[in-house]
Amino acid sequence: MFRYIARRFMLSVLALWAIATLTFILMHSIPGDPFTDPKLPEHIHQLLLHKYGLDKPLYEQYLIYLNNLLHGDLGDSLRFREQSVNKMIAQGFPVSALLGVEALAWSVSLGLLLGLVAALNRNRVLDMVTMAIAIIAISVPNFVIAGALQWLLGVKLEVLPIARWGGIEYQILPAVSLGFGVVGGMARFMRTSVLDVITQDYIRTAKSKGLSAFETVWRHVIRNSLLPIVTILGPLIAGITTGTFVVEQIFGIPGLGKYFVNSIYNRDYPLIMGTTLFYAVILIFMNFVVDVLYGVIDPRIRVVGGKEG
Amino acid sequence: MAVELRPELFEPEALDASAMEAIERPPVTFWSDVWRRFRKNRLAMFGLVLLALMLLMAAVGPLLTPYDASANNWAIGNKGPSHEHWFGTDQLGRDIFTRAWIGTRISLFIGITAALLDVTIGTLYGVISGFSGGVVDDVMMRFIDIMYGVPYLLLVILLLVVVGAGLWTIILAMGISGWIGAARLIRGQVLQLKEQEFVLAARTLGANSWRIMLRHLVPNVLGFLLVNMTLTIPGAIFGEAFLSFIGLGIQPPLASLGTMISEGYQVYRLYPYQWFIPGMILAIILFAFNVVGDGLRDALDPKLRQ
Repeated sequence: MFRYIARRFMLSVLALWAIATLTFILMHSIPGDPFTDPKLPEHIHQLLLHKYGLDKPLYEQYLIYLNNLLHGDLGDSLRFREQSVNKMIAQGFPVSALLGVEALAWSVSLGLLLGLVAALNRNRVLDMVTMAIAIIAISVPNFVIAGALQWLLGVKLEVLPIARWGGIEYQILPAVSLGFGVVGGMARFMRTSVLDVITQDYIRTAKSKGLSAFETVWRHVIRNSLLPIVTILGPLIAGITTGTFVVEQIFGIPGLGKYFVNSIYNRDYPLIMGTTLFYAVILIFMNFVVDVLYGVIDPRIRVVGGKEG
Repeated sequence: MAVELRPELFEPEALDASAMEAIERPPVTFWSDVWRRFRKNRLAMFGLVLLALMLLMAAVGPLLTPYDASANNWAIGNKGPSHEHWFGTDQLGRDIFTRAWIGTRISLFIGITAALLDVTIGTLYGVISGFSGGVVDDVMMRFIDIMYGVPYLLLVILLLVVVGAGLWTIILAMGISGWIGAARLIRGQVLQLKEQEFVLAARTLGANSWRIMLRHLVPNVLGFLLVNMTLTIPGAIFGEAFLSFIGLGIQPPLASLGTMISEGYQVYRLYPYQWFIPGMILAIILFAFNVVGDGLRDALDPKLRQ
């Protein structure tokens, strides 16, 4: 187990290094630099480049960046003067994270419930209806849902604020739009998982020893079918993260996603690097945790030597 | 009344060996079996009909109106759906009905091409990795592990900023990001298949590794590939719409469903039909592909086969 964790950890670090390098290369292939502006006199342009170390050879910039990175310093934003990237992430991330957690909380629970209901009524009308709802939830892009909700609840009925960030009433629409697709994915995955479980021998045993239908489902079916769900938590979190880009844009929420999209338009090198790496760290860390967690909760899976199937 | 038993009644019927071997009913091939099961799935059939309808409209829709999809006409901007303009007009007075189906064409083209690219790269990678085994497999899988950790959308966005957004860049961007799933799936299948006798037989007959991979292993995973593709297409279509929505996709005057939603969204309070209609078309297409993909997977699933 320890060897496996160590190995996974090494891989994660390697992935991070690969991302840092790739992003660095891509970023510097973007035509123009952050201070490209025809109104700016050439010598001031040069001075600015010098101040931010952008006139040094590329490999030197790269080494400096990596060195700072190792010390946890993501540099200063070029566009927002006197703002460090660390600070901007520290401001934006809690907002995005809160939104993400809210979205996950309602959508995962509803999705699991729908999946369970569908599986227990396999091939009956209820199953078909639930699965149709699930596929519709997956198929409607979150920005379309967001627009529809804004129009219906914000403009027509005027019950919820259309945009901006504030109290709980501002968080409902973004959280609903963000979690919408997750409900569908969750329901489908849960259905397959429950179907796998209810054909197992131990369920027959549970029934034959006289457990009621409710007891069987509550004690045996649900617990066992939740196991594989852990494996899709990684991709799920990734989905929520990318979802926040557009949802934050639509609702004008001052989260990390908005910074990220804007930093690209502004050619704000340190901010692009910082946000990309930050997202990457979160996603990779989540995948790592999920992998390790899976071995811990399911004693049948003891990863031997870290080989994947 | 007794039957008169004559010797000629007991003569054996002439045996025609070739007639005995003749197959009277059409043989149940693998694919006809799959189709039989697919047909029983009402939801999947509904999706197939929807999909056919969408393809048909993408083909003939723009021809049904006399308007040019990208010709501006300020005089008739922002008109709601009417007798002349079935879906209304946008800010620049362009007919939304015509534009929506042109956009559908582009969205479908991007989705299908990107999925083909994904599946091709993924298959080659997965087959080579699974079949080679040993160090090659190890290195290739570690590379996938690293790539899997890379948040692909971040890279796609960066790539589009660097290379510039356009039809082919988007397809390429979707292509480089989506092959990992297919590669993992195919490798898993190949690991199971390569120990089977037909591979040994082919090898004994002198087939080299390439021939075994392409002629024997790939056809055996065709079902998985098909399912993977049907489920990759909506992903790619969604990806393009997403990129277009944040302004990195197809550039105007060219329209995709994503750019139309994005444009319509700017005036969504006053003219909700401008984003609602392309949004609905996009949702229907994604729904149809998802349902058909699901149906195919169920039809191909060996666990359900009797």
